[in-house]
Amino acid sequence: MSVSNAKASATASESATPSDGSSGAPLLEVRGLSVVYETSSGTVTAVDNVDLTVHRGEFVAVVGESGCGKSTMLFGIAQLLMSPARISSGEVIFRGDNLVTMNDKELAPVRWRNLSVVMQSAMNALNPVRRIGAQYADTMKAHGVKSKATIRARSEEVLALVGIDKIHLESYPHQLSGGMRQRAMIAMALLFAPELIIMDEPTSALDVVAQRSLMLQIKELQQQLGFAVLFVTHDMSLVSHFSDRLLVMYAAQEVEFGETRTVFDDPKHPYSEGLLDAFPSIRGPKVPLVGIPGSPPALSAMPTGCRFEPRCPLAYADCKVVEPELYKVDDVLARCLLYSPDHRPKEHAGPIDPTAKESEL
Amino acid sequence: MSTPILQARGLTRVFRVGGFGNRGELHAVDDADFVINESEIVALVGESGSGKSTIARLLAQVYTPSSGEILFEGTPLPQLRSRHDQMRYRAAVPMVFQDPFSSLNPSYRVSHGILRGLKLHRPDLDAAARRAEAERVTEAVGLSPASEMLEKYPYEMSGGQRQRIGFAQALAYRPKVILADEPVSMLDISIRIGLLNVMATLRDEEHVSLLYITHDIASARYVADRMMVMYAGRVVESGPVEEVLQEPQHPYTELLVAAVPDPRTKLTMTAKQAAGEPPKVVNPKPGCRFADRCPLVREVCRHVTPPLLELQPGHEVACHVAAENAGRAAESMEAAA
Repeated sequence: MSVSNAKASATASESATPSDGSSGAPLLEVRGLSVVYETSSGTVTAVDNVDLTVHRGEFVAVVGESGCGKSTMLFGIAQLLMSPARISSGEVIFRGDNLVTMNDKELAPVRWRNLSVVMQSAMNALNPVRRIGAQYADTMKAHGVKSKATIRARSEEVLALVGIDKIHLESYPHQLSGGMRQRAMIAMALLFAPELIIMDEPTSALDVVAQRSLMLQIKELQQQLGFAVLFVTHDMSLVSHFSDRLLVMYAAQEVEFGETRTVFDDPKHPYSEGLLDAFPSIRGPKVPLVGIPGSPPALSAMPTGCRFEPRCPLAYADCKVVEPELYKVDDVLARCLLYSPDHRPKEHAGPIDPTAKESEL
Repeated sequence: MSTPILQARGLTRVFRVGGFGNRGELHAVDDADFVINESEIVALVGESGSGKSTIARLLAQVYTPSSGEILFEGTPLPQLRSRHDQMRYRAAVPMVFQDPFSSLNPSYRVSHGILRGLKLHRPDLDAAARRAEAERVTEAVGLSPASEMLEKYPYEMSGGQRQRIGFAQALAYRPKVILADEPVSMLDISIRIGLLNVMATLRDEEHVSLLYITHDIASARYVADRMMVMYAGRVVESGPVEEVLQEPQHPYTELLVAAVPDPRTKLTMTAKQAAGEPPKVVNPKPGCRFADRCPLVREVCRHVTPPLLELQPGHEVACHVAAENAGRAAESMEAAA
């Protein structure tokens, strides 16, 4: 199976070489991934049949409101789910291997070396009673790096990458500021120069300036080291300048997936459009905004038909009964009946009229 | 000009920090001057730790000022001694909290908080009138039908609805200024706008002023009339919101504005510009607190604290370089001496 890389040499930099001839295939391919929570009142589906690809060196962002399943999906991909959550179906193909069918022993060599995860709160992810350097050393030792000198050298190297002085290897997490802690976490994720780094809202606990500085740094590192990023956030505007492709999630489903710029310039799904319209701008004319009325459905009580229908300004009769699939519209995928060949409303036979939204509100 | 509802003069709050051997004084808010007039939304922006919430707590009398004073309709707060005056102030300046999930009592219907407030602050109303008033304020924050909404328990409501109840509670006291400390930051993006619109309605229809504390500058621009920018405990710039954002005078405001993610514009910032963090203001020495991060820093900035000067009508800036550009360098540099 995928343990071929376990034999990789102990030096961290060597493990960065791409694996055998899989250049054409995506680095990560998620097919029909569903995650369910077994609760006392029944099974709820938190991630419903998500397809997703990440190519080498690509930055893919996942956005959605709280409770839409974006973090659960991430944990599903990284095989970090804990009971009562479990993967009910689907495959996660990473470098040609299906992570879902691998056990912990088989996953261990892949973790950190090929795929690492940066969690939302560094304060909770770092051990508060151990120095940063000791925590880096633990990770490296667990992956067979024995030489103290190698560990020290690599630790200093990754800290330098994120712009932190090596003196902080001797620091405890509480001695670092919020921004530095997050950067220390990212440095830790870089120890083995993995091909994919999964980030779960790494900047959401930070201030605007620190947030912007961290995003710029992630992007610079990515260009420099060539890793791919799967980035989850609730703040769509944050990733607008950084991600290559954007996946919008709503109520456990993928509702739109396409090039970031295309989605921002011309959102196809009414939910993506509503989300974009909910951001006040700091330049240009002030326009009254409406947001999206209502709130997302509870996972245990999904509406029939389209899940966005109760909040959708463009909804029509079919939306209540027909569950939309992901339709290909130009270069993006959108889960909306407006683009369905069989269920388009008659008045929308031509190009969809964006002004319809205001009049129907 | 009429008397402002709230006015702060040289408002300072110092906290003792550290223990044996490294005792220090943390200047959370230092020498802040500002006013809040009738029917206006004043946005108070800055990074965490800049002293925004301390200002709200000083105004709400959770903390007492270390020095300086707060005037309510022209009267210094310490003169409001009687229970009647204190009650009047607390009703006039209520607070809405950040977390709508922990600020409502989970074991009571949401009407409880509103009716309790009415009973306490408006004793002239009888039970039926209180009920009617509770329904009126609930409708005013966009929750309808009010009679049904008031019968709900907090767990039956979404975050946005709970936060609206928070505003309804404050509104029931017939307030002059609502202190709203990050009222929307815990809510999802699609719901935030609705609440900002509620704040604008309160100003336009109920003639209430709001101090809107936030780190979200775009939302501040959307709803506020004036903006105050804080950095490391000091107000560094204050003025009409459009002026402050479109032509920021203080280099920190400029940095803050550039850091706001805006999908509609191009990325203009580099990692180098964004580097650095606000200092912790323990035992501060004179000088500009932004000096270490400032691209325009001069020698004088490290020794002389720049005072807040009105460089354009209604637009105040605390920066030596900005003062020099406005031809008022001498005033800025000698003020501290």
